[in-house]
Amino acid sequence: MSQPEILNQAFELAYTYTRSTGPVIGRFLTELKKRNIVGIKASDGRVIVPPMEYDPDTAQELSEFVEVGQEGEIVSFAWVKEPREAHPSDKPFAWALIRLDGADVPMVHCVAAGSEEQVSTGARVKAVWAEETIGFITDIRCFELV
Amino acid sequence: MSEENEVITGIDAPVALKYNFTAGAAAARFLTQVKKGVLTGQRCPKCSQVYVPPRGSCAACGVPTEEEVELSDKATVQSFTIVSIPIPNNPIQPPYVIANLVADGANISFIHLMSECVNEEVHIGQRVQAQWKPQEEWDYAMDNIRYFTPIDEPDVPVEKIGHVPVSGWEG
Amino acid sequence: MKDIAIVGYQQSDLVSDAGACNEVEMIIPVLGKLYEQVGITNAQDVDFVCSGSCDYLQGAAFAFVMGVDALGAVPPIKESHVEMDAAWALYESILKIRMGQAESALIYGFGKSSPGELPIVLSQQLDPYYLAPLWVDTVSLAAMQARMMLDQGLITEQDMAEVVARSRQNARRNPHAQLAGDVSADDVLAQETFVSPLRKADMCPVSDGASAVVIATVEKAREWGIPYAVISGIDHCIETHNLGMRDLTDSSSTRTAAKNAGMHNGAVDVAELYAPFSHQEIILTRALGLDSNTSINPSGGVLAGNPMMAAGLSRIGEVFNRIVSGEASRGIAHATSGPCLQHNLVTVLEKA
Repeated sequence: MSQPEILNQAFELAYTYTRSTGPVIGRFLTELKKRNIVGIKASDGRVIVPPMEYDPDTAQELSEFVEVGQEGEIVSFAWVKEPREAHPSDKPFAWALIRLDGADVPMVHCVAAGSEEQVSTGARVKAVWAEETIGFITDIRCFELV
Repeated sequence: MSEENEVITGIDAPVALKYNFTAGAAAARFLTQVKKGVLTGQRCPKCSQVYVPPRGSCAACGVPTEEEVELSDKATVQSFTIVSIPIPNNPIQPPYVIANLVADGANISFIHLMSECVNEEVHIGQRVQAQWKPQEEWDYAMDNIRYFTPIDEPDVPVEKIGHVPVSGWEG
Repeated sequence: MKDIAIVGYQQSDLVSDAGACNEVEMIIPVLGKLYEQVGITNAQDVDFVCSGSCDYLQGAAFAFVMGVDALGAVPPIKESHVEMDAAWALYESILKIRMGQAESALIYGFGKSSPGELPIVLSQQLDPYYLAPLWVDTVSLAAMQARMMLDQGLITEQDMAEVVARSRQNARRNPHAQLAGDVSADDVLAQETFVSPLRKADMCPVSDGASAVVIATVEKAREWGIPYAVISGIDHCIETHNLGMRDLTDSSSTRTAAKNAGMHNGAVDVAELYAPFSHQEIILTRALGLDSNTSINPSGGVLAGNPMMAAGLSRIGEVFNRIVSGEASRGIAHATSGPCLQHNLVTVLEKA
């Protein structure tokens, strides 16, 4: 048999999931909409942000919410030189693990910065809010260096 | 409750992933032939069944299928359904007929539309033929065939469906 | 409980783009070679079949069902599937045999990642509320993990580059490898960073490919009269999906799985570790307590080619090859799933 012609077809697989949040994630997103950030206390008292429904170590149901700061420090980061189309920025930026003031567990979000040299582990950052907040993780548009 | 105090209970999370799909070798050969107005199947070297559209293997025997077989654009209705409700994003207006058709020379059915027929008179064993789009519109696509229409040939008995040679049905 | 052995392993060449080759066309040649190796005709000659694949890779719904077209499933066969690496399909097959419902099983994994943007596709397997909507890709998550290790002085960039150089060197003896060559650590360090601190060389390539294994009870393997390696232990453990709650510089789940699988009951001559990023090989080596007495990733590992959903099964196959060839008496194979080594499976193989 001869080699077949190569036939390509570009396509987009797109759909919108409607997800129930439950009371814990719902509370976090409700607070985001109001431009507040809340975490939850784990079994051992550590504050987890964003909040989890169950403690991953003890499986205990968690319910004690704690408001945390909108500033924090970078625990680690990745500098993205060539942002991908799906990424939240078309200019180089950092993904970071950020420990907010009052939290013990760092969260993943993006950090806007002019260059890799400006970003460092331990650097202080603060949340930048979207113009309109709707109760979604991207209500925090990004973090920026303080 | 004012909107200010409304509690979030659900989110819309859009997902959009981009792909560049490449047809497999068997599908690419089939579509290249369809672009020329020809239906081509593949014969299993073990059980001799002819598959269309071919996928490069005999699903029953688990062996590669390499022998290509040119088929007729005449076929027999193996099964069918009359669709009476509109299907979102489907441009075809109900009622219409979707049928499992076995092309002459093939043993396994494929799915296509039937039209220019009295829906209520469509039946198993009925003989049909492809109605092709004008040649200048042919592409690498099965909808080069708009639909199948009934032809004036005797019905194929149920036990013979899937065993009509490429030369056609003598009745 | 009956002892279970691996009796055959085959894999396809690992390529960056399999082009006009669908799932079935990728699997069939691998199965054909495997049937010949084991001396069977087709999937009808084993009691159970289990596969591993993920439809999101190529964006084709029910691609895993198409895979079944490669088997010869008439008359019907007992068949199952995991939407995971096929190393977990092997795990399911072992359970099936241990429950007394089968004496032999065929396991295959396949992945065609080339049609999509793999790190973005994988972003959608993350937490659907907090992470997936950010579209944080899995390369960036691994880069954060690497930086933690660098910051804490647990590794240097030189250490990472040496992992890559050894992979490229070892892969020169692997005819199926996608990336192989006479590469030195200095060559790697001369590259610019891509997703800093990672260089492109620190990342496994995107690959298309398939692999397959046949396992059987030791009695059955003897009856077939073919070389085999005994699976003396297997276990898998997972860590929380909350990356912030994990110690990303360690792999506690790998350590636990290895202990439960009995890795420490004897010397380990060879280890095939599923480390998609150079620093992760170091994490795994340390978590497992391996030293210079163990040959690590003699195949080149997945830095030499990473067919998603087959690569974990291939690690088991590579250890099998070295045991039946007499190169090793005892070895371990590791498979991973999820971001930053979240979910880990360890298999211990021994000479018959």
